[in-house]
Amino acid sequence: MDKRRENLSSLINDDLLSQCIHCGLCLSVCPTYVTTNLERSSPRGRLRLIKEYADDKNKLGNIFEDEMDFCLGCRACETACPAGVKYDVLHNETKYLLSKDKKVNLKKILIKFFLNKILANPSNLKLYSRILRTYQQSWFRKMLHSSNILKNISSKLFLIDELTPQISKISSDEIIDEITLPISKHIHNVTFHVGCIMNVGFAEINLDTIEVLKKSSCKITTPKNQYCCGALHAHNGELKKAKELAKNNIDLFRNYEYEYLISNSAGCGTFMKEYYELLKDDKDYLKSAEIFSSKIRDISEFIYDNDIKFNSGKFNDSVTYHDACHLVHGQGIFEQPRQIINDICDKNFREMHNSTFCCGSAGIYNILRQNDSQIFLDQKMQNIIKTNADVVITGNPGCIMQLRYGVKKNNLNLKVKHTVSFINEQKGI
Amino acid sequence: MDKKIKSKLKEIVGQNNFFDSNEDKLTYSYDATPIFNELPEAVIFPENTLQISNIIKLANTEKFNIVPRGAGTGLSGGSIPVENSIALVMTKWNNILEIDHSNLTVTVEPGVITQNLQNEVEKLNLFYPPDPGSASVCTIGGNISNNAGGLRGLKYGVTKNYVMGVEMVLPNGEILKTGGKNVKDAAGYNLKDFIVGSEGTLGVITKATLKLIHKPKSFSTIIAFFESMKDCSKTISDIFNCNLTPAMMEYIDNTTLKCIEDYAKLGLPKAAEAVLLFEFDGREEEVKEDTNNLEMILNNNNAYSVKKAKTLLESSKLKAARRSAFSALARVKPTTILEDATVPRAEFPMLIELVNKAGKDNKVLFGIFGHAGDGNLHPTCLTDERNKNEIERAHKAFDFIFNETIKLGGTITGEHGTGLSKKEFLENVAGIPGVEMMKKIKSVIDENNILNPGKIFTTSPRCEGNLPFNNKQIKPFNG
Repeated sequence: MDKRRENLSSLINDDLLSQCIHCGLCLSVCPTYVTTNLERSSPRGRLRLIKEYADDKNKLGNIFEDEMDFCLGCRACETACPAGVKYDVLHNETKYLLSKDKKVNLKKILIKFFLNKILANPSNLKLYSRILRTYQQSWFRKMLHSSNILKNISSKLFLIDELTPQISKISSDEIIDEITLPISKHIHNVTFHVGCIMNVGFAEINLDTIEVLKKSSCKITTPKNQYCCGALHAHNGELKKAKELAKNNIDLFRNYEYEYLISNSAGCGTFMKEYYELLKDDKDYLKSAEIFSSKIRDISEFIYDNDIKFNSGKFNDSVTYHDACHLVHGQGIFEQPRQIINDICDKNFREMHNSTFCCGSAGIYNILRQNDSQIFLDQKMQNIIKTNADVVITGNPGCIMQLRYGVKKNNLNLKVKHTVSFINEQKGI
Repeated sequence: MDKKIKSKLKEIVGQNNFFDSNEDKLTYSYDATPIFNELPEAVIFPENTLQISNIIKLANTEKFNIVPRGAGTGLSGGSIPVENSIALVMTKWNNILEIDHSNLTVTVEPGVITQNLQNEVEKLNLFYPPDPGSASVCTIGGNISNNAGGLRGLKYGVTKNYVMGVEMVLPNGEILKTGGKNVKDAAGYNLKDFIVGSEGTLGVITKATLKLIHKPKSFSTIIAFFESMKDCSKTISDIFNCNLTPAMMEYIDNTTLKCIEDYAKLGLPKAAEAVLLFEFDGREEEVKEDTNNLEMILNNNNAYSVKKAKTLLESSKLKAARRSAFSALARVKPTTILEDATVPRAEFPMLIELVNKAGKDNKVLFGIFGHAGDGNLHPTCLTDERNKNEIERAHKAFDFIFNETIKLGGTITGEHGTGLSKKEFLENVAGIPGVEMMKKIKSVIDENNILNPGKIFTTSPRCEGNLPFNNKQIKPFNG
């Protein structure tokens, strides 16, 4: 066996691959298959191709690479798969191998820079956010938009600009104290992961999370100088950096005693719950990764599991819920947010068609594959519009950005809210 | 395949509906059948009946084969490509054309997904009973071609009981329309019944009219667990003997139960030796009475943890868990060879015993589940295709099971079709005159043997034969 094949077969796990019995039960839940009707855009098709790639990568060409990128990584197939195939692991490993092979181009350099130099480095992230905020507040942006100059120069850049969250005035970790005490009884000791995008782009959601935890009898520890979870790195072929970030987080939180580590970002929560899988070959970290992962809870999961109730006085708005892929498929969280929302808004909850289908945000998919992303967003917006709801609730920053753009694009009078902000708006417990 | 033929195909269906990259060939080289696979020369999505007719005419003149395909969830290899073939994919034909409430029929294109059809007609309080395990993915065209069954076979029958009319492009390119909305029709041969279960060997189905019934007003779903197989068998025969007809009576063995629970996480007691899942439907009083009678029988036979689903969601979760059985078994071992042995229903417990014996004698592991109500068992051998020796033992076990099944008056397949994987056993159950008659029908209708050749039975090559199509077909002479 030559060296290349040795490398491939050790990275792409043959046992994981052969677990797929190609029964096809994943087809009808896969957004890309449902859109193209082509087997190569289905989970079972992609697994067949990965198998071929592991055997001999020279047999496959651009179509294969494109299919790997076309996949949203939404993991709906994992929910549907009775055989328990770990599709996401195989997909990430393949993307890693492909990225090693790829020729360097400007797009790749930019992604690498964004992931490794900005997201992975807290002080750089803050610096660039401040620059971005200055731009967002400036007459320059207003002019670019009002005169359609940006749209004419590059529709791609225009969309990126539209999708970028409004950077908060101050990042949340500068406001949140290291220790926050509960409002009344003290029952739980929790820590809080502020995230990277959440911290600078959605500071208010982080503050809402702290408020809700305070009302839920929690003493909250929010360590300073936290790290990005590394999920975006892993999904875009930067596995090494992802592992490094995982270790940084494990080392940081090791210093605190806590029952649960609360996350309000579906993508981060899922990835941190799977650190033990990411670091399974690292003897030094395997054990601590397992402990770290076992304590991660999504905020809606925490509230539901501990039976914490939030009642509202009067509620007139009708509400629908969009399942963030990394909550419903990544963590199996489906009932929990619905129960919480139902308790609050009584009979005004309206289920949308295909609520568990991806909105097209998918990490940085909406920037890397703008046209495809818009197809999934349009499908999602149609399903939301049919419910006639006033508010759409979801549990992930990426989905919020994407859906807010969808609202703007369709000229709708619809609010997009994080579950935890929706809770915090209600009075009393 | 010759480039000229490919460009002619492109002319017929258009560039957008023609695929022949390595990636596309690979991803249409399989269906849900283990072990078998073969690359097609091209993958084609026809847009209308005329295109299909033209493709078939071209195949006759240029001598290539056509393998029609739906969602590719078949379990006997019926839609796996053959040598020098194109895959003709019908999944884009997914329109429900008409729901005729007063005549109780629905007319659909072949690519309609079975569950979508069920959901749509149920909105009108109508009901389409056949529900194969893969209902959320599989298509009506595939259901008809394989005479698919499902969980409700005992009370409601299988696909053939619901096909009223079919439109099909024949192997000479002509378009056949047979049957319709008439409940009674005695005009000539009953052609539609030839077509049901013909596995794409007699034509390409392009439209179908199906029978509907009224949706039952109420139903109840009950699950029961047993410590011994004996108690379970006794329960099954007691139910038959006291004139109870559940809409569903599903058997699940311990191995399958464990896998299902690992996937669905419903909190089922994993230690149980056997499980039965029941559903009664009909008028409310009727369902109540039947449920009471069932509970009495279960009680007499030491069933434990008997649970009745309280909500619609609970009931659908139980049924969905049962539907996942086949795929969930892959949690034990990666190759799951699922068979479809079927016996007269009273012999069902006997068949389970025989499967267990076959497993023991050949040292292979079986997960067993099936439709206890209609005698259709799914003994599933859990193996690994990378282990050649074990696969051989699995085949021996199946030889034994099939032979014993036939001795019990049974058949080699209840609902999956013969395809590639069971054709060597066909003669045992259909007899030589039976297989000969099938072959004659095939050779008269499909003169050049271009539609899904080599499925169901092997048609012996004619003396003159065709010249080899490409170099790969010529084996080097090492004399």
